[in-house]
Amino acid sequence: MAEYGKPERDRPWIMRTYSGHSTATASNELYRTNLAKGQTGLSVAFDLPTQTGYDPDSALARGEVGKVGVPVSHIGDMRALFDGLPLDQMNTSMTINATAVWLLSLYIATAEDQGVDHHVLRGTTQNDIIKEYLSRGTHIFPPAASMRLITDLITYTVDEVPKWNPINICSYHLQEAGATPTQELAYALATAIGVLDAVKATGRVPDEEFGKVVARMSFFVNAGIRFVEELCKMRAFVELWDRVTRERYGVTDAKQRRFRYGIQVNSLGLTEQQPENNMIRIVLEMLAVTLSKDARARAIQLPAWNEALGLPRPWDQQWSLRAQQILAYETDLLEYDDLFNGSAVVEAKTQQLVDSAWAEVQEVLKRGGAVQGVETGYIKQKLVESNAARLRAIEAGEQVVVGVNKYVEGAPSPLTENLDEAILTVDPEVDARQRAALARWKESRDDAAVDAALAEIERVARTDENLMSASIAAAHAGVTTGEWANTLRQVWGEYRAPTGVAGASVKASRSGAAAEKIAGLRKRLDALESQMGRRAKLLVGKPGLDGHSNGAEQIAIKARDVGFDVVYEGIRVSPEQIVASALEEGVHLIGLSILSGSHLALVPEVVQRLRDAGLGDIPVVAGGIIPEADAERLRAEGVAAVYTPKDFELDNIMSDLIDLVDRQHAAE
Amino acid sequence: MPPSDPSEDGLRVMSADKAAISRALNLVEDRRPGSQARVAALLAALKDAPKAAGGHRVGLTGPPGVGKSTLTAALARCVRRRGRTVGVVAVDPSSIRSGGSLLGDRARMSFDPTDAGLFVRSLATAGEVGGLTYAANSAVRVLASAYDMVVVETTGVGQSEVDVVDVADTVVLVIQPGSGDVLQFLKAGIMEIPDILVVNKADQEELARRAVADLRGAIQTALAVGAGAEQDSDWQTPIVATSATQGTGMDALVDALEQHRAHIQGTLVARRRQGEVSWVLDLFSRKHGEHGVSTLGGKAELQALAERELDGGETPLALCEHLSRDYVAALGTT
Repeated sequence: MAEYGKPERDRPWIMRTYSGHSTATASNELYRTNLAKGQTGLSVAFDLPTQTGYDPDSALARGEVGKVGVPVSHIGDMRALFDGLPLDQMNTSMTINATAVWLLSLYIATAEDQGVDHHVLRGTTQNDIIKEYLSRGTHIFPPAASMRLITDLITYTVDEVPKWNPINICSYHLQEAGATPTQELAYALATAIGVLDAVKATGRVPDEEFGKVVARMSFFVNAGIRFVEELCKMRAFVELWDRVTRERYGVTDAKQRRFRYGIQVNSLGLTEQQPENNMIRIVLEMLAVTLSKDARARAIQLPAWNEALGLPRPWDQQWSLRAQQILAYETDLLEYDDLFNGSAVVEAKTQQLVDSAWAEVQEVLKRGGAVQGVETGYIKQKLVESNAARLRAIEAGEQVVVGVNKYVEGAPSPLTENLDEAILTVDPEVDARQRAALARWKESRDDAAVDAALAEIERVARTDENLMSASIAAAHAGVTTGEWANTLRQVWGEYRAPTGVAGASVKASRSGAAAEKIAGLRKRLDALESQMGRRAKLLVGKPGLDGHSNGAEQIAIKARDVGFDVVYEGIRVSPEQIVASALEEGVHLIGLSILSGSHLALVPEVVQRLRDAGLGDIPVVAGGIIPEADAERLRAEGVAAVYTPKDFELDNIMSDLIDLVDRQHAAE
Repeated sequence: MPPSDPSEDGLRVMSADKAAISRALNLVEDRRPGSQARVAALLAALKDAPKAAGGHRVGLTGPPGVGKSTLTAALARCVRRRGRTVGVVAVDPSSIRSGGSLLGDRARMSFDPTDAGLFVRSLATAGEVGGLTYAANSAVRVLASAYDMVVVETTGVGQSEVDVVDVADTVVLVIQPGSGDVLQFLKAGIMEIPDILVVNKADQEELARRAVADLRGAIQTALAVGAGAEQDSDWQTPIVATSATQGTGMDALVDALEQHRAHIQGTLVARRRQGEVSWVLDLFSRKHGEHGVSTLGGKAELQALAERELDGGETPLALCEHLSRDYVAALGTT
């Protein structure tokens, strides 16, 4: 018992907000403000060019610089990002994967410049490239090279930065991609097993010290709205991780077997309709990962209520932080031991998840493990199927979403009275300013030192030496993110992952209103085929660097199921590629999906290039998180229709698409 | 759109004008009865294209999941590096229930969109029995008049592989280590021995070595049971190990393709004629069934007729049209 008759409280989790935008200087200011508001850790959001290894002057970075995070091209940017923030006192989480080795190198080099010994640094690099192939899409290299980067970082930090979490195995993005709780557990654990096996295979860690590696493995988990099941999922994670670490890796020290995880609660279920309801969803989801003392999150970051509308403003993020603070400091939650020990209901549900997840882990291992599961498309296809089932249930009203498919009538919300001001907009000039700043940076550095550092990176990449030291040296020499990644692209090549859509089968209802609707759409496409001589062909494209492919995948599958021939190109295609595909494939219609907020740069560019190629009569539709004012501009520039998260009824979208092809055919 | 002049269109296609090629491919996919004559006219205009005579038509087939799309992309890049142009026809199955399809090949290919020497078209099987459609065979002919090499990629083992033989000069069968079914089919002589065998996903050397050895054994067994008796006995099917994701083995594959193309140089005209004859017969019997074939005098009679007509300068599609008319006329008189 603590003094003054107050019960002893458990230490609260680390509170963070995933943030960063525009420039390193602007983001630094944001971090200082967040810390002043009581945030206890930093969570750096990098922009897509930084995540995928491009500098702002790359053609592929067009429209993406500073959009979903902060651009960090070199040590100068990293210094500016942490200006006045002593790194020996920070606990910094970095959502960075394919370029994690590089960003950690910049962080370490910045610490060294601040006079901080890198051994004391604390924080996390996400560094889970496996799930990038399945969900987030910021991978660069083939799986074998990615696994090498993952293990280089882990085997470096285990001794050199011992308090660092070198990897955050992400089940978070698996749930965003549609995973059921069983799949989330199973694929995250299979990934962890793949990583630990790979670390073991490097031979860099002596057997007797392997427990140190296991102890630094951490997880990044999602919590959805079915919060009792999610609570049990977290307890199942604890139990399964204990089993894996004990039985597979023979770790005897219970402390080293502890399941350590951070959390970001579900963004997937946040709605555009009645967005104020999202705050209630966020709080309930937070309960799932905090109520069990035995399976409590060690770090929490919450989304903002208006994420389905656009980028949140500082005030929106503050509201979410306050929710954490009230739960941790006002309520009595942290005064009690585990609330559910001995609960028959919770234990039964937990056990059920443990058993089903363990069976699926065995299935993945039987198929050769997580990396094989990525390469063959097995895991991706499972996720795509689950997500299709989820969306169908919402569309059919079987799964209630308040304000979306039930209780949709409501008074207008004062929070969104002025919709365009209810989100943050990034200055469109950021792109050009960053390009100019990069040019100045390149002018100012010692070219010979840069060349030597890159030559060393290339040499090491061709051997099995650890890339970390060469990367830290390159960071000090002023090498840029794009230069580092391009050097490795030369050595390892790039990789396009299976999309999982071609083989995905979706169970459709055979009778009822939904089945009739589908039958009607199929009839219309059959009739159109007779008129046009060939089947209506749809190109689904994802321009830009954004890898969130769920929307594009679900549209592609639905379109096939109503009878379109669908060409799906996967993620990260340039406007030039989309136009080339439209030409070569002879499509009747193009659908573009963009979730990074760079729609105003990319969609008009595709439309213009189509016109230049003589394909201006092909209708183009766009989908994404697109504020209404932007949608208006896109329509004015010739886009036939704009869809946002509120358009959850895919059948209606399909009907529109058929109308568009029909009208275009009639006009010819 | 007003109907255009087929010889004018043909010239544009032969000059590798992508917009014209795309229109020509749209036309060969067109199933309206009124379009058939235009397709026949277009293919007739392309029949003697300079590229077509000297070019190389490669059929790439194999079970699902062995990495054919990635391999096709890697092959195309390798051929482009050697300075030759490439057209690709990627065939995917249509859904039986909806008639729609997901043509996912482009997702696995990363190509330079500004490359004028490369063209990729995805086609759906559109409910036809067998892997290669009416349209795909014609599409290969369109692309063959514009590009040095045409690769037609199709999924499956069995019917689609038979169809590939109709249109390809060289048939490549792709498998991965552990494709036991294919080994059994080969051994039992159920499956034709391809011109080239590829063991893809050969990243793990030991597995790949074993797979290559297994295949060698299977071919020996197949030859021993008398399979491949009608095939070219001077050609020993090379087995190439590749890793399309890592780009290894691609030069060996292109070398093998070139060797096979050189090997068949003397018999190429006869081979292609043979393929056209069986295409005509396939098309006709799919349209009119056994009854159609027997009404016109049986398979041997039709085959001989097709050979005569094609030698006389008829194109396969036009010939098929004629045969249909003959059949309908014969039905009227009985």
